[in-house]
Amino acid sequence: MSNLEDLYREIILDHYRSPRNRGELPSPPAQRVEGFNPLCGDEIVVYLNIEDGVLTDIKLTGQGCSISQASSSMMSSAVKGKSLEQVRDAITSFKQLMTVHASTLQENGQPVEADLRSLGELAALQGVVKFPVRIKCATLAWNTLSQGLDDQLSN
Amino acid sequence: MTSFDPHFVRRDIPLLERVINDHAITYLDSGATSLPPRCVIEAMTRYYELRHANVHRSVFQTASEATAAYEGARDLTARFINAPGGAEEVVFTKNTTESFNLLAKSWGWANLHDGDVVLLSEMEHHANIVPWFQLREERGIEVRFIPVTDEYRLDLSHLDELLNNVKLVSVTAMSNVLGTINPVRELAVAAHGVGALIAIDGAQSIAHGPTDVVDLDIDFLAFSAHKMLGPTGIGVFWTRAELLNEMPPFLGGGGMIADVRLDGYTPANGPTRFEAGTPPIAEAVGLGAAVRYLQGLGMANIDAHEENLTRDALQRLEDQFAGRVRVIGPNNVVNRGAVVSLDVEGVHAHDVAQVLDQFGVCVRPGHHCAKPLMRRFGLSATVRVSYGPYSLAQDTDVLLEALEHAVKMFG
Repeated sequence: MSNLEDLYREIILDHYRSPRNRGELPSPPAQRVEGFNPLCGDEIVVYLNIEDGVLTDIKLTGQGCSISQASSSMMSSAVKGKSLEQVRDAITSFKQLMTVHASTLQENGQPVEADLRSLGELAALQGVVKFPVRIKCATLAWNTLSQGLDDQLSN
Repeated sequence: MTSFDPHFVRRDIPLLERVINDHAITYLDSGATSLPPRCVIEAMTRYYELRHANVHRSVFQTASEATAAYEGARDLTARFINAPGGAEEVVFTKNTTESFNLLAKSWGWANLHDGDVVLLSEMEHHANIVPWFQLREERGIEVRFIPVTDEYRLDLSHLDELLNNVKLVSVTAMSNVLGTINPVRELAVAAHGVGALIAIDGAQSIAHGPTDVVDLDIDFLAFSAHKMLGPTGIGVFWTRAELLNEMPPFLGGGGMIADVRLDGYTPANGPTRFEAGTPPIAEAVGLGAAVRYLQGLGMANIDAHEENLTRDALQRLEDQFAGRVRVIGPNNVVNRGAVVSLDVEGVHAHDVAQVLDQFGVCVRPGHHCAKPLMRRFGLSATVRVSYGPYSLAQDTDVLLEALEHAVKMFG
């Protein structure tokens, strides 16, 4: 069962059972963006308050599996109050963590060490890469957040 | 006919020898794809080793044999569904989805116009929804849905009104989510009563009991080989010869023509009009072998066996998991197939399936390509258990034990 424990770390189950930053923000002024995982039917709505280049508040609603719910809850804790630049960096780092395949392999075939310190408790999600089908669950909230930032820029 | 024994069937299925996470595999995903017996795999291997050649062209010995094998599979398939016009009514497609696209984009394109209605049901697979929405964008047809009751059956109480202006009724014989078996013959009578035709999605029903297109009095039938112990990559579209011969070509290219000139082309007649390009020959051979194998088992025997498995599973789920696991589908085996969808209280379907995998149990989590139906019941996903002729009540034992772990882990 070691594999399963890699996937379902205690901190993941904690975020799943007690999700942080659940709820809605009045929109407008908040940016509201929806994300779908067409494979499993998971849906998420992310609300973003952005002031002077800072993500001052974030709320999430939606439904999904423990991995998608925990990942979105952990994401909200990680990015709330951060500058947009820091938020973008966090998205990039997290998506690197969720990448398997050749691009993360060095020439000698060893996986590149992800900078887990910068990810904080999000590093608990690294076990997800061993279950490739579930990567989309973990990245749903992040892709939705990324979409929200892009939408905000184009407005 | 009386000699059916699932233990004998199991010996024929190589994949059932697999060990998954230190457990013997418990395969409960036959509704997604079924496990082929050795005779199907060997028929395809023998074809590639001894007879492989392109069909309908060359005159050398192996090419003749390949053509005979391919056309032989068409004939076997026609007999399997009792096609009144025989092999000339059986078109090989890629899968059920392509069969529905053929129906919508060929027959639908030629016969449906502004204001015509296609009547589907709320329990359809996306394969029998999206092609009609696509046609609606081009043709201004109306797509209407027969509702589903709280008892997971088609609500036919307002069928007369629903049939107003309907030119085609297109419904599934058996829901891939609920297991519900629909009253196809009754719907055929109603459709024909208003001058409409009826198409049936046989993807789920085809492997679980006898299918007789004459007895059902239907006009179109779609199904896939891989859900009836055959290979992936080949599906079937059946319609009566007089309808088929009036349908315009679907995909263009080699094989589907009678003549090509610099100023145009003349399409071929019969099924080949819809089989552009080199067809899935080995897959057709595999489908033919699967048909023979199923006929050897006896479709009525399979039906009875799966009904017993379903009754047993429904009873034990009620006994052991009442209040914790809800069956999304009829709670008895009357007009019900061997597909059992579960909503596990407080645990997402993907998490349940992930825990089950640790016990070697293969089930399908998700919306099963039936999102309108899932929305109807306020669900985003279920855990779907589905049985085949090789399934045993012991598979349910392992499932329930693993389910207990899943409920505890997330409870």
